[in-house]
Amino acid sequence: MKEIHAEHAELAGEFNKDEDRVDWHDETLWWIRAKRDKAVNQLPEWERLRDAASQIKDHVLGNLDTYLEQFEANALQNGVKVHWAANAEEHNKIVYQIMLDQGVLRMVKSKSMLTEECHLNEYLKEHGIEVIDSDLGERIVQLAEEAPSHIVLPCIHKKKEEIGELFHIHLGTEKGNSDPQFLTNTARIHLREIFLTRKVALTGVNFAVAETGEIVVCTNEGNADMGAHLANVHIASMGIEKIIPKKEHLGVFLRLLTRSATGQPITTYSSHFKTPQNGREMHIIIVDNGRTRQLGRPDFRNSLKCIRCGACMNTCPVYRRSGGHSYHNAIAGPIGSILAPNLDMKDYADLPFASTLCGSCSNVCPVKIDIHQQLYKWRQVIVKEGYATKTKKVSMQVMSNTLSSPTAYHLAGKMGRFVIKYAPFAVNNRLNPWYKQRDLPSAPEQSFGEWYKENRKKQ
Amino acid sequence: MSTSTSRDSILGKVALNKPESTPLPDLSFFINGTAAVTEQFITILGNIGGKAHHREGTIDEVISTIKNDFPELKRIYSSDPDVRRALDLQFVTPASGHAFEDVDVAIIKAHFGVAENGAVWITDDLMGNRALPFICQHLVVIVDEKNLVPTMHEAYKKIGSSKYNYGAFIAGPSKTADIEQSLVLGAHGPKSMTVFIMA
Ligand code: SF4
Repeated sequence: MKEIHAEHAELAGEFNKDEDRVDWHDETLWWIRAKRDKAVNQLPEWERLRDAASQIKDHVLGNLDTYLEQFEANALQNGVKVHWAANAEEHNKIVYQIMLDQGVLRMVKSKSMLTEECHLNEYLKEHGIEVIDSDLGERIVQLAEEAPSHIVLPCIHKKKEEIGELFHIHLGTEKGNSDPQFLTNTARIHLREIFLTRKVALTGVNFAVAETGEIVVCTNEGNADMGAHLANVHIASMGIEKIIPKKEHLGVFLRLLTRSATGQPITTYSSHFKTPQNGREMHIIIVDNGRTRQLGRPDFRNSLKCIRCGACMNTCPVYRRSGGHSYHNAIAGPIGSILAPNLDMKDYADLPFASTLCGSCSNVCPVKIDIHQQLYKWRQVIVKEGYATKTKKVSMQVMSNTLSSPTAYHLAGKMGRFVIKYAPFAVNNRLNPWYKQRDLPSAPEQSFGEWYKENRKKQ
Repeated sequence: MSTSTSRDSILGKVALNKPESTPLPDLSFFINGTAAVTEQFITILGNIGGKAHHREGTIDEVISTIKNDFPELKRIYSSDPDVRRALDLQFVTPASGHAFEDVDVAIIKAHFGVAENGAVWITDDLMGNRALPFICQHLVVIVDEKNLVPTMHEAYKKIGSSKYNYGAFIAGPSKTADIEQSLVLGAHGPKSMTVFIMA
């Protein structure tokens, strides 16, 4: 089933052929990271919020079965139909069956990274069902027949001129008009017609509250609501890890989510769906697809705490200069690189190596996932299991030799900084394939830049 | 595999693989009721593309301000009894949201507003129809000044265990920055949001 694809370094190499685009991509994401910082700095209690969020999520992981059952019981009580899917295929079949039961062939869908992970659109297309993505960025990549390159900003890799051209071809706008206001308004008119005519709407889920059985969906555009409220049937797909115990915990997560993502104080819409509308249906599909396996890996289970804010991508020097598609996975960037090897260790063996281990991701993560440490641990697992390529094995050897020297370890101080100092992937040499076409990415932090200058001299 | 088999196998695997339970944090630290909520609400709402009117007065005065603000717009709708009386709206709320497709301005009362992010909390009983605040071209919200709270923590305290079938925090007009990060107001939902804070 899987397509044959190139590795991250090679795909990043492709992306890097267009220097201007890479610079623009890099700067735009860094600008979003800066907006995040500005928003965060306005809250003196920020670190305590992160601690609280992390503790809530830890608590959930330790009681996940109980909360899932509680959530299910309350959702059923609310008149919602609850389905369970062990894997992507079962999820897709459930969605298809709901479409068949409704006797409709067209669906409108708002953002759901889970459906990307399950390749729902392709599956439904093969079964004669049309899916229209309603988030503007997702609609754009759908017209371009591409996957989203970022979980929050799906078409961040696209220039407005390319979008203008796509709209010209597919939506009949005048050629050469690439004004964002004009294009957005065109999409508004196009998608309004879709919302008004589709009988089934699918949305993702940001949070599922065990205490009440309600789900919360966050958007800025209002597309999840437009779809769900105008359709006869609302399907919401969620991974098992979306559960939070109580409504009051939303106070913590909603404060963190958008500030981390884009620097906004909250999304325009934070919608709490509890019961179906009168005479209509609401379905929730609870999906495993490898999550229970990840839960059983003590080194990696923390990745299930992710609230999909995208901050780790915006800050990542590798992501910013290699583009989301180079990760050949539904979720790109640092978090994608620790989630993907759980799904298929061989296929995604390259991803944990697509990092400088600088630790910036872990520093911004609102739920305090130790992302860079998990990347490092995945490298060891992958080498041990025999999935690493030769270049990477040499790199790993150098690193593990250095790591086994206690003197070097103490001199280096913090683990993160230590790894970066001695890990050969972080520097521009022939052992490091993803640096092929360029200098080191613009460094996010002073210390990182200084470090680079020094090491560069030594090389 | 049938969905009930999957249910049991998922729950079984979770039970087997989950870590030791750890305690939930105490959130009382985050409650602080001191901020100058009205000013903050107005500033933040402005920052996120909305507009606030802070005033004393009656619903009739609110309506005349709206008519003044949106002179060219024809269909104004509300499901709130006071607003309907002031607008002299006769017909009953239809069952389907599709009927509001041509609504230019929707006027909805909110339970409360949140100063730190400019959001208002509205539940379906206040909307009349869930689609209304999304499908209208412009959204007007009325909230009592005494119902402004500092942060989301107080907001959920206020929601408590109140009953609703659907509820939303709405903060500003619908927006997108998906095209080269240029902010455009009016993605799918309202192009503007005006909040009347009633003293
Ligand atoms: S890992 Fe953390 S920073 Fe990255 S998307 Fe998830 S929550 Fe956000």
